[in-house]
Amino acid sequence: MSINNLEGSVITTRFDKFLGWARKWSLFPYPFVTACCGMEYMAAATSFYDLDRFGALFPRFTPRQADMLLVVGTITHKQAPILLKIYNQLAEPKWVVAWGACAVSGGFYRNYSVVQGIDKIIPVDVYIPGCPPRPETAIDAIMKLQEKVLNQRHEI
Amino acid sequence: MGEEMAENIFVKKLKEKFPSIEFENERQHDFDIIKVPRDRLFSVIKFFKEDPDLDCDMLVDLTCVDYLGEEPRFELVYHLRSMKKLHMIRVKSRVPEDDPVIDSLTPLYKIANWFEREVWDMYGVKFRGHPDLRRILLYEEFEGHPLRKDYPRTKEQPLVPYRKQES
Repeated sequence: MSINNLEGSVITTRFDKFLGWARKWSLFPYPFVTACCGMEYMAAATSFYDLDRFGALFPRFTPRQADMLLVVGTITHKQAPILLKIYNQLAEPKWVVAWGACAVSGGFYRNYSVVQGIDKIIPVDVYIPGCPPRPETAIDAIMKLQEKVLNQRHEI
Repeated sequence: MGEEMAENIFVKKLKEKFPSIEFENERQHDFDIIKVPRDRLFSVIKFFKEDPDLDCDMLVDLTCVDYLGEEPRFELVYHLRSMKKLHMIRVKSRVPEDDPVIDSLTPLYKIANWFEREVWDMYGVKFRGHPDLRRILLYEEFEGHPLRKDYPRTKEQPLVPYRKQES
């Protein structure tokens, strides 16, 4: 078989790029749901919005099996050590989504009890604004994250 | 208006039972309020609970108000209700800032246990005779009582050290 006959049936890529492509379509979420944004997370997780078309629906309720940490809701200072522990338990590679105004910046809470944005504690990849965000916003965020996963460097 | 209205049954019974207590009585939004000295609070509420005509078998709420600048500073607010007589009463009692102590209601109402822990947590009022007066909402490392009016509005006490800002 001549190499010329392979045209159209073979594509070439870099292996880490291929890994990124594979990972972006299998983002297993760990929903860290603490507050009212959880309702909107549930709405986004319904078949109507069909997050499965991004491979990002099936929630794993153990951080060992997840690679996308969804921080959905207000994080208080009392809750912060738990969030940090969960983040450290996630296996690499891992990405974090701050879902809703409270997770992004503390939202309208400015007092003794609320962490003013989870990026004060753990690194965040995508921020979803809104109080609560519409499911469409969440879908947009997942697509942004997919873009990031595809284009970032993956260790081999 | 006060003379025309029938005297509240709680006020009437309280006068009969404890003629020596100096208490204040007022009415706000169709709700009768009785203010008693803190050393008599326990016996007054015990009477409201055990008297068959009053029969307050439910402690609906127990909370505190910080009147910063006034003396005495903290005002404890008790809401009592009778499930059989279908009436309610609000009892108030003040404690000073330098000695914020009042008798615990835990021997009378079990729910007082958690209410009083919350008031201790948020306002730093102590309850004499409480079996387990620990913080209920905040963490043990927290210093101060955040719902006091002189607690700095934005003061945080993080348990997890903050990450360094990337410049």
